[in-house]
Amino acid sequence: MDILQYTAAELGKKIKAGEVTVKEACEAVFARIEEKDKEFNCYITVDREGALARAAEVQKQIEAGTLTGPLAGVPVAVKDNMNTKGLRTTCASKILEDFVPSFSAEAVRNLEKAGAVIIGKTNMDEFAMGSTTETSYYGPTKNPCSPEHVPGGSSGGSAAAVAARECFYALGSDTGGSIRQPASFCGVVGMKPTYGTVSRYGLIAYGSSLDQIGPLCKDVTDCAIVLEAISSHDPKDSTSLDRTDTDFTSALVEDVQGMRIGIPRDYFGPGLDPEVREAVLAAVELLKKKGATVEEFELSLVEYAIPAYYVIACAEASSNLARFDGVKYGYRAKEFEGLHDMYKRTRAEGFGTETKRRIMLGSFVLSSGYYDAYYLKALRTKALIKQAFDKAFAKYDVIIGPAAPATAPKLGESLSDPIQMYLGDIYTVSVNLAGLPGITVPCGRDEKGLPIGMQIIGNCFEEKKLIRMAYTYECGRRKEGAEL
Amino acid sequence: MSREYETVIGLEVHVELATKTKIFCGCSTAFGGAPNTHVCPVCSGMPGSLPVLNRQVVEYAAAVGLATNCTITQCCKFDRKNYFYPDNPQNYQISQLYLPVCRDGKVEIETADGKKTVGIHEIHMEEDAGKLIHDEWEDCSYVDFNRSGVPLIEIVSEPDMRSADEVIAYLEKLRLIIQYLGASDCKLQEGSMRADVNLSVRPAGTSKLGTRTEMKNLNSFKAIARAVENERRRQIELLEEGRPVVQETRRWDDNKEYSYPMRSKEDAQDYRYFPEPDLPPVVISDQWLEEIRQRQPELRDEKLARYKEEYMLPDYDAKILTSSKKMADLFEETVALCQKPKKVSNWLMVETMRLLKEQEMEPEDMAFSPENLAKLIELVEAGTINGTIAKEVFELVFRDNIDPAAYVEEKGLKTENDTDALREIVEKVIADNPQSVADYRNGKEKAIGFLVGQTMKATRGKANPAVINQLLKELL
Repeated sequence: MDILQYTAAELGKKIKAGEVTVKEACEAVFARIEEKDKEFNCYITVDREGALARAAEVQKQIEAGTLTGPLAGVPVAVKDNMNTKGLRTTCASKILEDFVPSFSAEAVRNLEKAGAVIIGKTNMDEFAMGSTTETSYYGPTKNPCSPEHVPGGSSGGSAAAVAARECFYALGSDTGGSIRQPASFCGVVGMKPTYGTVSRYGLIAYGSSLDQIGPLCKDVTDCAIVLEAISSHDPKDSTSLDRTDTDFTSALVEDVQGMRIGIPRDYFGPGLDPEVREAVLAAVELLKKKGATVEEFELSLVEYAIPAYYVIACAEASSNLARFDGVKYGYRAKEFEGLHDMYKRTRAEGFGTETKRRIMLGSFVLSSGYYDAYYLKALRTKALIKQAFDKAFAKYDVIIGPAAPATAPKLGESLSDPIQMYLGDIYTVSVNLAGLPGITVPCGRDEKGLPIGMQIIGNCFEEKKLIRMAYTYECGRRKEGAEL
Repeated sequence: MSREYETVIGLEVHVELATKTKIFCGCSTAFGGAPNTHVCPVCSGMPGSLPVLNRQVVEYAAAVGLATNCTITQCCKFDRKNYFYPDNPQNYQISQLYLPVCRDGKVEIETADGKKTVGIHEIHMEEDAGKLIHDEWEDCSYVDFNRSGVPLIEIVSEPDMRSADEVIAYLEKLRLIIQYLGASDCKLQEGSMRADVNLSVRPAGTSKLGTRTEMKNLNSFKAIARAVENERRRQIELLEEGRPVVQETRRWDDNKEYSYPMRSKEDAQDYRYFPEPDLPPVVISDQWLEEIRQRQPELRDEKLARYKEEYMLPDYDAKILTSSKKMADLFEETVALCQKPKKVSNWLMVETMRLLKEQEMEPEDMAFSPENLAKLIELVEAGTINGTIAKEVFELVFRDNIDPAAYVEEKGLKTENDTDALREIVEKVIADNPQSVADYRNGKEKAIGFLVGQTMKATRGKANPAVINQLLKELL
C-alpha cells in the first residue's frame, strides 16, 4: 500500500512496527510535494533538509524506545502563522518575508515532544485574514478536490496539504472558522478546541481573544490524537486553561445512544445552498438512526455574529499588527524620509489589501467617539451570543449545522466583494465569539464533486462529545461505503 | 497684577517598582546592563510572544494603594494604549484605563501653612518603554529594550494642591510611603520617580477650573518648585493680557528656567485604548489582600510617633531620623546593638547629616554598618577615645565602613589616661608657657583653654580633656 494513503495513526503504528521508516515517510511526502505542490501551492516553505535530519533523530529515539507515542515519526505540516525556531515564518505576508523566529510555538513544541517531523509551513490568508487563502503574498492555494476552486481559509494550505496527501496531518488556527471552513471545503476533518485548550504562545496573533490552534486531519481518530498531543496548560499564555480532561482519544467511541442534537433553524434558512442543506440533514439522519435524539430550535442572534466578530477581530488585529513597523524585524521600505514616513511606507508596502482593510476597520472602531458605538456594542453582542449558546446547551449535547453556506467558490470570485466573503463566515464565527469547540467532518459532495462539511458544535470543555459524535458518524459512513 | 489668582495643581507621578524581574516577563530589571542584554521575545515585542503578569507588581501597587487610603479594585483589568514609537516594541503599552488597581485615596501633607489632605484619583500599573540612543555621527538611532517592560505605577492625584510647597510636601509624602514599603527607591534624579505637573490658575474665590497645562521633564524637587512658579506666572500674565491659556504639554528646561510647548491638545494622539485580550482580569481575593495588608511595614507617621514615645526623642530629631527609610533602619539597628538611642540619634543627626550634605549624597547611598557605628559609640562611652578622635574615626566609618575598634588599636589613638605620664607633659606645658600661666593666675580664666590645647597637641589629641583640666588646675 502507498504510504501516503495511511492516516497519521496508521503510519505511526507502521513506523513503530518497523514496517516503514521515518525517512521513507518523509521521502514519500517530499515526492508528493514535488509532484503536486507547483499546482496546489499548499506550502510557503518546505524544509527538506531539516525534516530529514529530524527524521533520523526521531528514528533513533523510536528504536531506542524513548519515543512511543502515536505520532512519533509522522510528518506534519504547520500553518505559517506559528513560530518554528530557525524556520522562516511569514504569516503569508511580505512584511515577514525573511522572518526567522527565535523560538517555537508551544503547540509545535508539544508536537515535537510527541516525535513529529515538521515538513514545512503551509500557505494561508495573510495574517489569517480571509476565507479563501487568496490573500497570501505567496499566491493562492488551490483546492486539491478541484483546482479551479479555493481551498477555503485562512488555514487553506493546511487543509489542502492534508487533502492532497502532501502531509499526514496539519496544524491550523481558527479565529472565525479558519480551520473548520477549509476542512469543509477540502473534505478533511478539522477541529477548533475550547478557547484556552491549546497554548497561543508562538502563534502570531490575529484576534487574540478568538484565536485558537487546532488539527486538520484525514479522520476523526487522527484529530483526537493530535488534539491530545497539542493541548497543554502553558504558563507563558495567561489565557491557557489548566484542564485535566484532555485524554480526547478516550472519546473515540461509536455510540451516540441518547445524545441530544439541536438543529438551529437559523443555520438552515435562506442563503444556505440546498445541496449543503441536504447533505448535512442526511448526516444528522444517520446519527438519529444511531440512537441520538434530534430537535430543531431557534438559536437567535445569528445575524449579529458577523458584525460583532469583524469589529472585535479587527480591533484586536489593528493593535496586534502594530509591531510590524520596519524597526525590529521584517520588511522595511527602501526609501523614506524620517521615522513616520518609514512607518507609513513600510506598512503600505508590506501589508496586502485585505490586511490593511482590517487594520483600518479595527483602528476606526477603537477611535475615540466610536469606541462605545462599535467596540463596546460588539462586546455586549458577544456576551449575548454566549448566553444564547448556554441556553441551547442546557437542552442539547451538541448543535449541528453546516460549516459554510456553500461549497468552495471558484478562485478569484470572492475578493472583489469582501462583504459577501465576510457573510460566508456566518456559521463559524459565533463559535469563536463564545469560545466553544467545533469540529467539521466531511458529509458528502455536491454535484460538482466539491466536499461538504458538517459542523458539530459543543459547549465549552465538551470536545469529547464532539469527537464521539463525529467518530460515530464517520464509522457509520464508512459502513455505508462512502468515500471519505 | 490687578487680580488675585489661585493656582490649582494636580500631579501624575510615575514610580518604577523595585521588582527583580519585569512586569510581563522574567527579564532582569537591573540597571547598567549592556544594551539589549536584559531582553527576551516578550519585552522586545517579537511576534507570537505573550505577556504574563508579575504578581509582585500587583502586591506593590496594592501596598501603595493601602498606604494611601485607596480602595483596591479586587477585579482590575489591563488595557492597551496604542501609539507608534520605536522605544515601544509592540507599538502599544500595556496599562490600565478602565479598571485601575487602586482608586479614591488620600494622603495628609504638612507645609508651613499647616496640614491638608490631597486626594488620589487612581493608581494604575503599566510597563515602561525602552530607550532611544541617537548617534549624531551616523545620523541614526538605536533602541535599547533593557528598560522595556520595567514595571511602573502611575499615581494620579486630584487637583488639590495650591502651591509649589504643597507639591513638594505631597511628593515627599509619597516618596516616604513608597520607600518605607520597599516598593521603589524613588530617586527623581535617576528617574525611578517622575512627576508631571498639571497646573491651571483661576481668579481667587472662583470655583471653575482654568485651562491647564501639563509640565514634563522635572528631575528634582528644586526643578519642580521653579517650574510651578514659572508656569503660574506665565499663565497669569497671559490672562492679564487677555490671552487664553492653551491646553498643551510643555517641557521644562531647568538650565534656562523656561518651558516650551511640546504638543497641544489639537494634535493629541488618539490612543485607541481597549481591554488587553492577552491578560485575564487580575483578581485580588480577600485573602490575598489581607496578606498584603498584614505585610505592610510600619510607615513613616507611625514610626515618627513611636520614636518620640519609645526613645523619648524630640519631634525634630524623630522627623529627621524618619525622613528616609535607610536612616530609620540604621538608627533602629544601631540602637538594637548599643541601647543608646540618644547617642545614636546624635551621630546620625549631626555628623552623618553633615557628611551627607558635604558629599552631596542621599541617605540611601550610605554604606556603613550599624555594627561599626555601635562600636564607635561604645569606644566613646567607655572613654577609650575622646570626642575629637571619634569624629575623625567616624569619617572613615562613613566613607569606608572601617572597624573603629581595630582602627583605634592599630593607630594607637586610645585616650591617654595614664595620669603620671600626663602630669609630666602638663608640667612641661606650664614651664614652656609662662605668659599664659601668669595670665591665668591674674584671673584670666580663659587662659587655661590655651594650656589645655597645648597639652592636647603634645599628646597628639589622645588625652582626655577633662583629666588635663583637672591636672592643670591642680598644678597651677
